[in-house]
Amino acid sequence: MTTTLTRGRPGADTVRTRTPRRGGHLRRALARNLRAHAFLIGALLCFALFTWYPMVREIVMSFQKVRYGETHWVGFDNFRQIFADPEFWPAWRNTLEFTGIALFFGFVAPFLTALVINEFRHAQSYLRILVYLPVMLPPVAGILLFKYFMDPGYGLFNQILDFLHLPTSSWLASQDTAMFSLVIVSTWANMGSATLVYLAALQSIPGELYEAAELDGAGLLRRVWHVTVPQTRLILSLMLMLQVVATMQMFTESFVLTGGGPQGSTTTVVYMLYNYAFNFDKFNTAAALGVVLLLVLGAFSALYLWLERRGGEE
Amino acid sequence: MSKPVHSGTRTLISPVRLNQPGGRRTYRIVLVLTLAVATLVFIGPLYWMATGGFKSSQELVRTPPTLVPEHPSTHAFTEAWDRLGMGQLLLNTVVYAGGALLLQLVFCVAAAYSLSKLRPILGNVILGMMLASMMIPAAALVIPQYLTVLDLPLIHVNLMNTPWVIWLPTVANAFNVFLLKRFFDSIPNELLDAASIDGAGPLRTLWSVILPLSRPILGVVSIFGLVAVWKDFLWPLITVPEHETLNVGVNTAATSMPQNTLIAGLFLASVPTIALFLVFQRNIMAGLTAGSLKG
Repeated sequence: MTTTLTRGRPGADTVRTRTPRRGGHLRRALARNLRAHAFLIGALLCFALFTWYPMVREIVMSFQKVRYGETHWVGFDNFRQIFADPEFWPAWRNTLEFTGIALFFGFVAPFLTALVINEFRHAQSYLRILVYLPVMLPPVAGILLFKYFMDPGYGLFNQILDFLHLPTSSWLASQDTAMFSLVIVSTWANMGSATLVYLAALQSIPGELYEAAELDGAGLLRRVWHVTVPQTRLILSLMLMLQVVATMQMFTESFVLTGGGPQGSTTTVVYMLYNYAFNFDKFNTAAALGVVLLLVLGAFSALYLWLERRGGEE
Repeated sequence: MSKPVHSGTRTLISPVRLNQPGGRRTYRIVLVLTLAVATLVFIGPLYWMATGGFKSSQELVRTPPTLVPEHPSTHAFTEAWDRLGMGQLLLNTVVYAGGALLLQLVFCVAAAYSLSKLRPILGNVILGMMLASMMIPAAALVIPQYLTVLDLPLIHVNLMNTPWVIWLPTVANAFNVFLLKRFFDSIPNELLDAASIDGAGPLRTLWSVILPLSRPILGVVSIFGLVAVWKDFLWPLITVPEHETLNVGVNTAATSMPQNTLIAGLFLASVPTIALFLVFQRNIMAGLTAGSLKG
């Protein structure tokens, strides 16, 4: 606690790092703290109510069941139930499939786009506005728009493919392509923010590094690999982590576009959690699934932090 | 015509290379191609959406698609406005987003100020707990949050279908507190000491010293606060089914409407945020990098 206190303003912290000798000091310190906490209280209450308490409650709930309005402790029953659910593993597989494809496109596309935009001496701000426009749409508007483009019959995508004499696709209507189609929608709608973040990172790379690499005879790809990537490594890995955590929670796209189908091929973990709670009224089972999701994503974040720290020490 | 290509700072490709005749030609070609493809990919769908509302449902599904509506009619837009109850949806969303913004500004600024400058006992512990919540995947907490707003602990109030259910959880935004605190940390304490010598209390100092200096960061927090509420889906879907947001309402109505009406509705729903973006484009771009470049 002393570390918290000694960092205050010079005039203030002398009051509390020493033992207060007179009542005046103590009273003043107390008043100062009360005032400071009064500024905090609003945010503190909201965090407590909507983040910290639900966190604890979810864990508690996952070990309980409600029967006829009475709450019972049931140990690991809820967890056993979700693990036995035939939709459980497919839901994880779907979620990982979405995350995997989205990572390939959603991670590579913005970086390449930023790389190209950064080379231009013209139209940079136009391109920047362009890629960010879809981010500003209400997600449902963008998503429903693509429903028309992806219609297997009259949809624009198939018309274009047809025009180019390429094989058409049944997009959302087929088990094999549904998830991939959702990735296209989601990448189009979201890549703008990542692109702008990378662009800012690219602009902070000192030009001398490229010059030095070029003098050493490094070609274009080697300059990207040996200068650009290491110089933006921190931001790249941070965005990678954030993106994995975000895509693992995919819900809106499949809720709006496919309703989890066809044949459950786009039912994600969050979708399953939603179904448990709001279609089957099994809140405790849903909470258990929430705990599993927390653990998985928490473990992933922890792994990231550990790797990041180890990388920093080397 | 063959002016040299200007470059500010050196990037991946050297200016010398760029200004060789071959280099310049390649540059032009890549630039034009990129502009064409990017415009097609990002504006194309929006153009299709904007013009789609002017077409009839038959024209909409025609092969090949028409580039310009044949018999432009605004009928679909008025119909979409009425059938979606767009006015009401828009009003709901504005109330949710506006109130959320206001509460976030008041409480997150106050909290960040307290943590940065007033430094109460346990301040760093509280900050740590707030920041730790950034690691929690939002969707995983939806169930207990939902049960909490159904029956708030201690005071037993049901917030369902009231604006509070949208407003209050947005205050628990660790990213806001973090951004604001980091900005306040950069304001020299001498300024605050001067204010306190002049007899200003902490509230007065916040209002007349800190806030005027913090306009850029307040702009960033405001815009992202608005947009986050505007774009949210799962939370408003389950908590305010009787007073839907634009985002949720469009989805609810989607199945029961003629195609051109729905597309006109999508366009109307997109106009406010697009307009907001075009007006505040500079601040938004700056904000995106401010939040992420701490490395």
